[in-house]
Amino acid sequence: MTIAEIHRLLRERLGTIVSDDLRDAEWPLCDVRGQSIAEVCAMLRDEPGCDFDCLSNLSAVDRKSDDAIEVYYHLFSYRHRHRLALRATTPRPDPILPSVAQVWPIANWLEREAFDLLGVRFTGHPDLRRILMPEDWVGHPLRKDFVEPDEYHGISTRRESLLKL
Amino acid sequence: MSTNAIDLDIVREHPQGLETEEMTLNMGPQHPSTHGVLRFVVKADGEVMRRAIPDIGYLHRSIEKIAEKVGYHGFMPYTDRVDYVSAMQCNQGWAMACEALAGITVPRRGEYCRVIACEFGRIASHLLSVGATGMDIGAVTPFTHAIREREYINDILEELCGARLTFNFMRIGGCAWDLPPGFTRRAIAFLDRFEPLIDEFNELISFNKIYVERLADVAVIPAEMAIAYNLVGPNLRGSGVRYDVRKDAPYSVYPEFEFDVPVGTGERGTVGDSYDRYMVRMREMKESCKILRQALAGVPEGPVVAKVPRTFRPPAGEAYVRVEASRGDMGWFVVSDGSAFPYRVHIRTGSFAAMAVIEEISRGLMIADLVAVIATLDIVAPEVDR
Amino acid sequence: MQQFADYLLDEGLLAGMPKSLGYVLVVAFFAFVLLNFIMLVAGVTSWLERRVWARIQSRIGPNRVGPQGAIQWLADGIKNIMKEDIVPTAADAPLFKLAPYLAMIGFFGAWACVPFGDGLIVADLNVGVLYITAVTGLVVVGILMAGWASNNKWALLGGIRSAAQIVSYEIPAAIAVNTVILLTGTLSMQGIIRAQGWAPWNWFLFDNPFTFVAFFLFFVALLAEGNRTPFDLPEAESELVAGAFTEYSGLRSLLFFLVEWGNLYIVGALCTSLFLGGWQVPAFTDNGFLLGLAQFVVFFAKSYFLVFVAMWIRATLPRVRVDQLMSVCWKYLVPISFVNLLGAMLWVVAFPNGWLPMRLGMFLFGVMTTLYFLMRVAFHLRRARPLMTWNPIA
Repeated sequence: MTIAEIHRLLRERLGTIVSDDLRDAEWPLCDVRGQSIAEVCAMLRDEPGCDFDCLSNLSAVDRKSDDAIEVYYHLFSYRHRHRLALRATTPRPDPILPSVAQVWPIANWLEREAFDLLGVRFTGHPDLRRILMPEDWVGHPLRKDFVEPDEYHGISTRRESLLKL
Repeated sequence: MSTNAIDLDIVREHPQGLETEEMTLNMGPQHPSTHGVLRFVVKADGEVMRRAIPDIGYLHRSIEKIAEKVGYHGFMPYTDRVDYVSAMQCNQGWAMACEALAGITVPRRGEYCRVIACEFGRIASHLLSVGATGMDIGAVTPFTHAIREREYINDILEELCGARLTFNFMRIGGCAWDLPPGFTRRAIAFLDRFEPLIDEFNELISFNKIYVERLADVAVIPAEMAIAYNLVGPNLRGSGVRYDVRKDAPYSVYPEFEFDVPVGTGERGTVGDSYDRYMVRMREMKESCKILRQALAGVPEGPVVAKVPRTFRPPAGEAYVRVEASRGDMGWFVVSDGSAFPYRVHIRTGSFAAMAVIEEISRGLMIADLVAVIATLDIVAPEVDR
Repeated sequence: MQQFADYLLDEGLLAGMPKSLGYVLVVAFFAFVLLNFIMLVAGVTSWLERRVWARIQSRIGPNRVGPQGAIQWLADGIKNIMKEDIVPTAADAPLFKLAPYLAMIGFFGAWACVPFGDGLIVADLNVGVLYITAVTGLVVVGILMAGWASNNKWALLGGIRSAAQIVSYEIPAAIAVNTVILLTGTLSMQGIIRAQGWAPWNWFLFDNPFTFVAFFLFFVALLAEGNRTPFDLPEAESELVAGAFTEYSGLRSLLFFLVEWGNLYIVGALCTSLFLGGWQVPAFTDNGFLLGLAQFVVFFAKSYFLVFVAMWIRATLPRVRVDQLMSVCWKYLVPISFVNLLGAMLWVVAFPNGWLPMRLGMFLFGVMTTLYFLMRVAFHLRRARPLMTWNPIA
């Protein structure tokens, strides 16, 4: 199936949760309603003809000016060698999305990274805790309004001049 | 770093009423293995592991956040540090992502220089990987021989850009410098010396019975699991999936070269065991030599870099570009908002997925096997943590 | 030693002191001399191992301290002695401190029966081989104690692996020794050597195919007992920093490592005495001193050659995993050694005094194997010459 056909199939099955336009590019991009992303992904993986058996990338982007956090899912199919990108948007003050860890096991760690660095919570995730930052870190570093704390466990992060220790 | 999600030291009742205890061992961030700062909390029942839980983040340098501050051109040296064992391919990934955003075409000579640099980097990285695998299994000699060859490659790459580990050779739009005079001759002399050495290496260690026993049938990753866990590169090909970004989603001038893609065939065990992944890397070195000979023979004339403005302002948009790095396809996701600084950079690396899969495949392995598995999955800490 | 002590006391050279005191003094003197010799041998072995390793790994190895680095071991020893003596807080201090000495005792005691020449042996016990096997078992206690008392789970794992390994590999070693005992009828080290001759076809190695196999069984089993690669899992560097000896530093760790290197020499000495004719030289002179010297040199050369072979093996082979190690011992070495013993028994019944044609035939087989090996070495050297002299800048 071509990507256009897959998109049409998604629209038929799931209706308005999949947006109408499909941006044509190397990774065709399609917007999906945030709360149903897990359903869409499960369908994309299991539907014969789609067979998106690999989640190539999961990136969260902090759109401060739009007051939203976008999460991009780049899907790839080894069987049919076609690609698709999905974008789920969630409001910035309380970003929650359903987890796709049941669909692709790698999403477990990728979602943990999105949670750790940007604060997106994934419901249904088996083990949502920080992965790169220490367990007791406060804040989500890749947010646009992240301010570095003054100290961490007694080690100061403020220096008057780079030439002094 | 606490691991409060893991319950420690469960005391269990045996059917005969004996109490047994699992040991919780810490294979800590410092250990005499070459793969960098990785930590595993191993819950072991004697020698057999019940779970090996990876704990990453010890080498997290917030490279992705730094990109938002230093700009597009300034980020190039940072990309070397994403995977310092094979830094050229990371350079290429970033350069290609920026070129995709702005629609820049790299001149052909620049592409050829990039391919030459990347393939030498691939050989160097695989040498380190197979040498470190040998050393972790206990054979210390192949490591020193591999490093000796890697030093010669470092010499060659030093001629290109002046650095031996973190090259910073490529720029957005091409390469920073042209090939120096005499480079082709010296590079081909090295290849003439190196290709028979791969066979010697194989004779020394790859077909050794003890070595095969240590690696065959250990940590078999079937193809479906490899795909579901997004394993890439030699890890994926070792499980029998014939996919190489250079062949199946080609970029740069790779379509002009003829080379094979070695795939694991379960020659000494099952398809997808550690020995397959190891042999795929050995064979990939030979294929890289082939590509290099073709590239060195046919470098076209012309400029090596396209004209790119000093302040690089790509139009707003996203780009997701994959390059075949030594550890598999590395995905570079760049979001631009039209300004001179990237809005978001996300690097999805092969070692990240390899660390994720260890928890799954380490059930029932022995502690000695864990070291072999980490080595054959070719995990380097900078890629995992960025 | 007994004879020497009696000689001294009878000649009145010890100022007429009571016999027991005289004996103690003589024993102390011999122990002192032997200890120095052992330390020297162990130290030089450590340096030589590093040089041999380095050449195999296409690098140089220690060559600064002294001529060709020959006193590197002395410098390392002095450095280790001067280091801070660290006992981990939660470690069991008395056991922790005792462990290296136990290992040393076990290792040192074996040297009392090592025959350096005809009459150059500290104590020619009539149960010499049995005594050596028994006393080297004390090293296991030392290693286990080190692993346990360190209060470190990795050290514990290393100690337990080591204990299991050494205890298991005692069996093929002992059975292989039995194969030789059948030919001599005596356990005494000097007796075994005297039953052989100086010519290679009179060695027990080439006596019959069963002792030939027994030699290799014995060598492999002794490598495993000495925790040497390919059986060095207890000290596997990539997993457990130094296995049972992780928490040891300074003089204590030096003692453990000296035990390991000295054990290599015991391996060589045992194999030489039992299979390679020991100190036997043709009687080329009447001068007792010169003959003794020649015997010492021959014995040392033969046993050091086997040490050399063990170093080669360590540099090239990878490590065997614990379960594979156990299965090699119990599933392969033990049955083979028993079958071998049976075969040797039948052979001794058939040919009580040996059969010269078989000896000569085995010797010829050995010579051809050695020649083939040397040919392969020459071939590889020829092939490697252009690589060794390659100039990258040209």
